Amino acid sequence: MICAGTGCVANGSLKVKDAFDKELVARNLQNEIKVVLTGCNGFCAKGPVIVVYPEDIFYQQVRPEDVSHLVEEHFIKGRPVQKFLYTPPAKKDAIPVMNEIPFFKHQVLRALRNRSLIDAEKIEEYIARDGYMAAVKALTEMTPEQIVAEMKRSGLRGRGGAGFLTGLKWELCLKVKGDIKYILCNGDEGDPGAFMDRSVMEADPHSVLEGMIIAAKAIDAHYGYIYVRAEYPLAVHRLQLAIDQAKERGLLGKDILGTGFDLDIEIYQGAGAFVCGEETALMASIEGLRGMPRPKPPFPVYKGLFQRPSVLNNVETFANVPPIILHGADWHASLGTEKSKGTKVFALSGALNNIGLVEVPMGIPLKTIIYDIGGGIKGNRKFKAVQMGGPSGGCIPESLIDTPVDYENITKTGAIMGSGGMVVMDETTCMPAMAKFFLEFTEDESCGKCVPCRIGNKTLLTILERITNGEGREGDIDLLLQLSQQVKDASLCGLGQTSPNPILTTIKYFRDEYEAHIHEKRCPARVCTPLVKFKVNEEKCKKCGLCYKNCPVGAITWEKGKVASIDLEKCTKCKTCIKNCRFWAID
Amino acid sequence: MSCASPCTTPKQVAIPADDGITPEMYRKIDVIVAAHKDKPGSLIPVLQKSQEVCGYLPHSVQRHIAKGMKISPSVVFGVATFYSFFTLVPRGKHVIRVCLGTACYVKRSEEIIDKLKGELGIKVGEITQDGKYSLEAVRCLGACGLAPVVVVGQDTYGDVAATKVMEIVKKYE
Amino acid sequence: MAKLTIADLKKIKEEYHANQQLREGGFTAKITVHMGTCGIAAGARGIMDAILDELNKSGRKDVAITTSGCAGLCSKEPMLTIERTGEAPVKYIALTPDKARKIFTEHVMGGNAVKEYALVVGHETTY
Repeated sequence: MICAGTGCVANGSLKVKDAFDKELVARNLQNEIKVVLTGCNGFCAKGPVIVVYPEDIFYQQVRPEDVSHLVEEHFIKGRPVQKFLYTPPAKKDAIPVMNEIPFFKHQVLRALRNRSLIDAEKIEEYIARDGYMAAVKALTEMTPEQIVAEMKRSGLRGRGGAGFLTGLKWELCLKVKGDIKYILCNGDEGDPGAFMDRSVMEADPHSVLEGMIIAAKAIDAHYGYIYVRAEYPLAVHRLQLAIDQAKERGLLGKDILGTGFDLDIEIYQGAGAFVCGEETALMASIEGLRGMPRPKPPFPVYKGLFQRPSVLNNVETFANVPPIILHGADWHASLGTEKSKGTKVFALSGALNNIGLVEVPMGIPLKTIIYDIGGGIKGNRKFKAVQMGGPSGGCIPESLIDTPVDYENITKTGAIMGSGGMVVMDETTCMPAMAKFFLEFTEDESCGKCVPCRIGNKTLLTILERITNGEGREGDIDLLLQLSQQVKDASLCGLGQTSPNPILTTIKYFRDEYEAHIHEKRCPARVCTPLVKFKVNEEKCKKCGLCYKNCPVGAITWEKGKVASIDLEKCTKCKTCIKNCRFWAID
Repeated sequence: MSCASPCTTPKQVAIPADDGITPEMYRKIDVIVAAHKDKPGSLIPVLQKSQEVCGYLPHSVQRHIAKGMKISPSVVFGVATFYSFFTLVPRGKHVIRVCLGTACYVKRSEEIIDKLKGELGIKVGEITQDGKYSLEAVRCLGACGLAPVVVVGQDTYGDVAATKVMEIVKKYE
Repeated sequence: MAKLTIADLKKIKEEYHANQQLREGGFTAKITVHMGTCGIAAGARGIMDAILDELNKSGRKDVAITTSGCAGLCSKEPMLTIERTGEAPVKYIALTPDKARKIFTEHVMGGNAVKEYALVVGHETTY
């Protein structure tokens, strides 16, 4: 096992792995001895560190040229090589190492490769970690066709949600003739619960710029925009600094690094409109207009910004580009599944113990993300569903928790991969109310251009409102299903084509909750206030008095050993009692 | 987008006959317009910077910008009402923004909004009588790790409880 | 500032690489305060102030202080990472200014990691 922690990688552990692979093949031992990359053991000062199992022998500071000798001695002659031997210090309730903590153990950082390692405001620190080396390679050694071919072979798919092959998009634009083309970066991360791109722009802005330089060379563009939403002031600040530094040092502007290639990049700040994440709306917005989508075709690679051929990629996609050019398509494709290559960054939030940003190989089971990386559900609650893909996505229930996370498998569940937001919900979340929340969002953010989205979403919302208000009617579920399908089929852009997904998936997996709301006028999660009775269930009450102690208005009477009761005259329906009750004893 | 034409504009505190835009502000807007008007697609940056100068974009300012940029006032109005970042009514001295992203919703940020509405006696999008506070609901701020999130002015507060939110707000005089 | 050539770029890479490893930079320790939006909202600036104050008081010139973006574990912010020359980096979580001061005294100055505030030792996986 060869350590692939950042420290060991910086000391050349990947080259040691290559040397091992070659040496083992040369000696025909590749089937008996397996070389695996692992997470950090915490012996970073001794790197690269290698552990041999089953003997549990540690080797330190191994260089590629030592590998042949090591294989000969250790694996053929069975004699551990004294020179490199390392005895780890005895462990006495020490701080755990990366490899022992599930949150870190399952992650592989590629797009986030510089996370917590570099100062985002210092270009030198980015350069020190191989920064702009891929741009050099692309500008000096590769033709646009070669860049496109490498990207296509890597299998990188757009990380913004739709999963279109990045290399193919570039190829289409390269083939279009045009004197002016644009390279655009989508940093309008509008899905609620998603903050991957914000983090990349804040922590590693140069990786986005470098990705854009490579893409610009591939499609022959000399002007670029980064569209960032107004809610991300720190990202704008750091990107602007990065652009200024890159210009000053000749990495942007005229004649980049003396290669004769020109590229200027400018930041365009959004003004708060979710629909601007859609590509044609985003371009309209840069043109200074209302951000309304237009029908496609013509696709933006033919007629995009200012009617010119344009390529728009998402922030995370661009951050993935430099290492692919530097290490090659095979390196990228070495992780992931058949159709979804590489890694994906997810923003974990909601009812989990560990909330944060994680990067994992494609195809990892959902369960590993939620229970190992996310540390399981917070408090004494049960997992109910995970929402993926924001307002365009859907909810995945517990029964599908073993689903491998890649584009195809997530789509099969009815949700979408989306840009990478994962909001985990426990049993205190009401599914019809959740669907209503998303419809409020899309109804508000619908630009109003096409009727199915403008009126359809409004109508869907009205139905959900009456269901959650306790006024649901017979047949409402079927009406929702039918109308949802029509809105999906008839809407102009991605917003309307996906906005009913939260309804469809919650009905598919949680139909019983809709039925409880409509037929029994009951909200199982006790979220929809009009359906909550605020009455103590005598069978479930454990007489603990927690509700009594926490009620802010003194509406609850309780004595030790007796069932509590709520005075509805005084009760303000604030639900503090429900939140504090551990036994679901308040109906 | 919420439509800001008169039919749905929240009941606003009467804007004084003079809308508070000084000649000095108009001069600043002229500078902004002059710097941008020859570049295609610059209306949004102009509106953003003008709003920084005036605090909001009353019709008088919109017409002034339209004239300066030689475009129809209806285009300016259309853009100004399309994007939620722009406001046509004045904001309070302290703007309270409550995040309504999914993660915050799951952690009950709606209850925070309800609490603020009750305590301040205003609806979302309105300003208190004394002009001290205005209340806004915002889209995901990307600080989901801290949900539910409330932003007052430039300060972000995480893990806010509905019962404690007024303690935060009262710190801003 | 002068424009770079490809050769300059490679030189910066070599020089800074050494610096990042702390070997030839003349530093014995590096303190990284994680300052993304989450970190700042959770109080990273207060942590930074406390560390700078302790550094001033100590008069040490061989401790580098830097910032980085989000460290990935938003719910445990504010965080900082301490890396002493020749040792693996240690990540500390859920800090307060007082905890940061204690970490400065005991770990940076004294060489003993503060176990109760530490989350993990080592580097993340990149390959």
